[in-house]
Order: sequence, then structure tokens, then C-alpha cells
Amino acid sequence: MQADVKQRAIALLKEGTADRVLGWKAGEFFYDLTPAVFETSEEVERDFVWSPFSAPNLSKYLIGETRKPGKIAAFLKPCDTYSFQQLRKEHRIDREKVYVVAVQCGGMCDIEKIKALAKAPTAIREEGDMLVVSTLYGEKRLPRQDVLAERCLSCKSTKMAYYDELLGDDGEDKGDGRFEGVRRLEAMTPEERYQFWRGELSRCIRCNACRNVCPACSCEKCVFDNPTSGVENKAAANSFEENMFHIIRAFHVAGRCTDCGECSRVCPQHIPLHLLNRKLISDMNELYGPYQAGADLETRPPMTDFRYDDPEPSVVARRGGAQE
Amino acid sequence: MQVNEKFEPTIVAFCCNWCSYAGADLSGTNRLQYPANVKIIRIPCSCRLNPMFILRAFQRGADGVILCGCHPGDCHYTTGNYYARRRMTLMFSLLDYLGIERERTRVEWVSAAEGAKFAATMEEFTETVRALGENRRLEDLRCKQM
Repeated sequence: MQADVKQRAIALLKEGTADRVLGWKAGEFFYDLTPAVFETSEEVERDFVWSPFSAPNLSKYLIGETRKPGKIAAFLKPCDTYSFQQLRKEHRIDREKVYVVAVQCGGMCDIEKIKALAKAPTAIREEGDMLVVSTLYGEKRLPRQDVLAERCLSCKSTKMAYYDELLGDDGEDKGDGRFEGVRRLEAMTPEERYQFWRGELSRCIRCNACRNVCPACSCEKCVFDNPTSGVENKAAANSFEENMFHIIRAFHVAGRCTDCGECSRVCPQHIPLHLLNRKLISDMNELYGPYQAGADLETRPPMTDFRYDDPEPSVVARRGGAQE
Repeated sequence: MQVNEKFEPTIVAFCCNWCSYAGADLSGTNRLQYPANVKIIRIPCSCRLNPMFILRAFQRGADGVILCGCHPGDCHYTTGNYYARRRMTLMFSLLDYLGIERERTRVEWVSAAEGAKFAATMEEFTETVRALGENRRLEDLRCKQM
């Protein structure tokens, strides 16, 4: 697959379908792949990487890239295609300037999980459902399923929301299994939930990585850049600050979050931020009907719509879940 | 530091200009009593309430926040309160999810003719929050008056 994707990228540049290619290249290590724009086939040949670590969602980069002259070919995974459609829906991407190559993925891998099973990895190779990890101490074979990233274990869909060209086979919707983590938290008492979130959110260092990587967080002027917002940086001894930042962020992307899981992936403190977004998604599905952001261009997002018979806010108080 | 003998909650009530604020006015002209804990903030429409205002109120020391607006269907701007309804439902659910007691937040629809309902609602809400005690989970120490 690695070779297929790379060859296709080179061909696209050579046949003139695109002037540039948006893909991934290796960072300092083989597993920290970083988004990159390639302009020549030599660059692609040298640097382009498609591997179980091609995790960065490239859709957001298209906002800036489609403002430049020329056409760009973007390699998108299934979850990235949802972000792409959502950004199109919000008129942030110039569709005419993008050639979307959808790449079916077998799930992205979490390097921490690999390191726990195979010390000092130096390279990785796919063999069907197995990963062959070369380490300083020899080769190790790991089932891919065991080292998948959290967001891929609870994948929402491997079906492409959109593509001009498809590499691999189109997948299918995976159902509601991804809400399990949310259900577990909902079953706790408010006190337990509070303690859980304090434990998680107090680790936040306010690096803003979650905001910067989020395809839904693409406002040109962000509330968190406002020095008088009161939540622009980390307070030294305060629990509220972190709560407020994450509540505001989750709420700002409500109805637009496609659940790509990038926020949790980039968090240097490993805060499960997707649990906040998924809670809102699950609430909206339950109260206002099923809605998947980025699945199409027509459906109205729940937060810019209403029905005369929507449930009252008191529905929250009446709902299940343990009481104090 | 001041020691409070008896806990008195601070309640922030956001009232829409066209119905609930007039309802509060009516309860005044009818000489109906409602607790002095309630601080009313007038907003043009319940839809004006940015969910961040609720967080801000809690941050600055509120123990309970209530939003009052026109009954659904009676909005002065036709549809404002329908949007507010969705927003508040999700916001309250998220706060509950984070472990903030769900009784601290509420939405009531109060028309301009419901002075009695306004006073009764405020009375009841204040008692609920009084029973819950001080809001410690969303307060900001920097905003605290010692």
C-alpha cells in the first residue's frame, strides 16, 4: 500500500492533475509523521510516507492551500474525508482547487502501545493484519489490532464521505460502539464524574494543540487569542480555568465536530478530549435525531436548527444516570 | 476572612426583555415577594444568552444560574427561544457530564403576565440552590472576595 500511494502521488504530479500534493513525511522519528506539501515528484519519491502513523488529518491544511494558485491533490483517510466535507459545507475550502484521493486505512497505530510491547522500535512494516516492528533487539511481530490508536478502536466509519479517486476499497459505517466511553461516564455519580474530569483536565498545560489541530476550530479570530477573554492562558492555581477552556471548545465545535479524534491524539498530556465531543454528539443524536457532521452537504446542523417540539432543557435533569 | 453564619446563595437570573423581565416587574407591582438573592440581568432575548455567560457567572461566584424567556412560540423575535432551548439543553447536559450538580442550572419560560410564577420559581430555585450549598466546582479563586 505504501508503494501504491506513493506511486499515485508521483503520477498525479507528472500527469498534471495537480500542481502540488498534500501528504505526510517523516519527522525526527519514523513514527512522528508530519503533514507536508510536495511540489516535485523527486520530493515525493524522497519524503512521502504512507504508514500506520499517517495519522494527521490533512483537511484543515486545505483551507490555506486552496487560497494559493494552482490545484492540490490531497490524500485523505476516511475520517479526514468527513472533515473535508464539513469544511466544504462551511464554505472554507475551494472545492475546485482540490483533487481528493481517498486512501482506505486499516487503523492508525499508537506508538506508545507499540513501545510497551516492543522496546526501542526503529522501523515498521505491514504484513496483512500483522505489524513487523524492527527494534534494536531484533524483530517483533504484533497484531495490528493490539496497537491501534484509541480513536481507531472506536472508529465511526471507514466509508468515505467524498472522493475523486479511491485507493483501496470503500468501507462501511461502524455503528454506535464509539459511545461506550461516554456511557461509562454517564453511569457514574456527579461526584465521580467531577473527580474524573478534574484528574484529566488538571493536567492541561494550555498548549492549544487541540485547538490548532482541530479541523472544526478554523476561525480566523479565535476567542482564546483574546487577551481579555479570561481563558487565554493557564492560571497557576485554579481548577476552573481548565474546565472552562474545554467546555467552551467542546461547545464551539458542537454540531460541527466530525469526531476525527485529532484532539486526543495531539494532546501531550493524553487527556481524552474526544469524550467531551462525543458526549455532545451522542446528546444531539438522541435529542434532535441522528446527525453526522460532514456526511453530506445538505442536512442542517442541529445547532443552527430547531423543531417546535424539541425537548425542554429539564430533560437533562430527568435523564438516567446515577444521582448523588 | 468573613465567616458566614448562614449560607446565602447568589442566584443570577437572565431574563428576556419582552416576557420575563416584564414578568419580574409585574411581580413587583403586585407586591409579591421573591428572595433578594436573585440578581436579574436583562437580555434582549433568551437567545442572546451566550452559554459562556453562564460559565462566567459561576466563575465570578454565582451558586445558581437561571434563564427566563418567553414561552416557546411567543418569542418577540419569533424563533429566538427555540435556539436558546437547544443550546441550553446541550450546555446543561455537558455541565452535568463534568460533574456540576444539574440542579444549579435551570430554564423557565415566564410570560409578562406571570408575575406570580416568576416569584414562585425564584423562591423555589433559591431554596434548591441553598440546599445544595456553595458552588465550589466552578468558582474561580481569583474572583473570590476574601
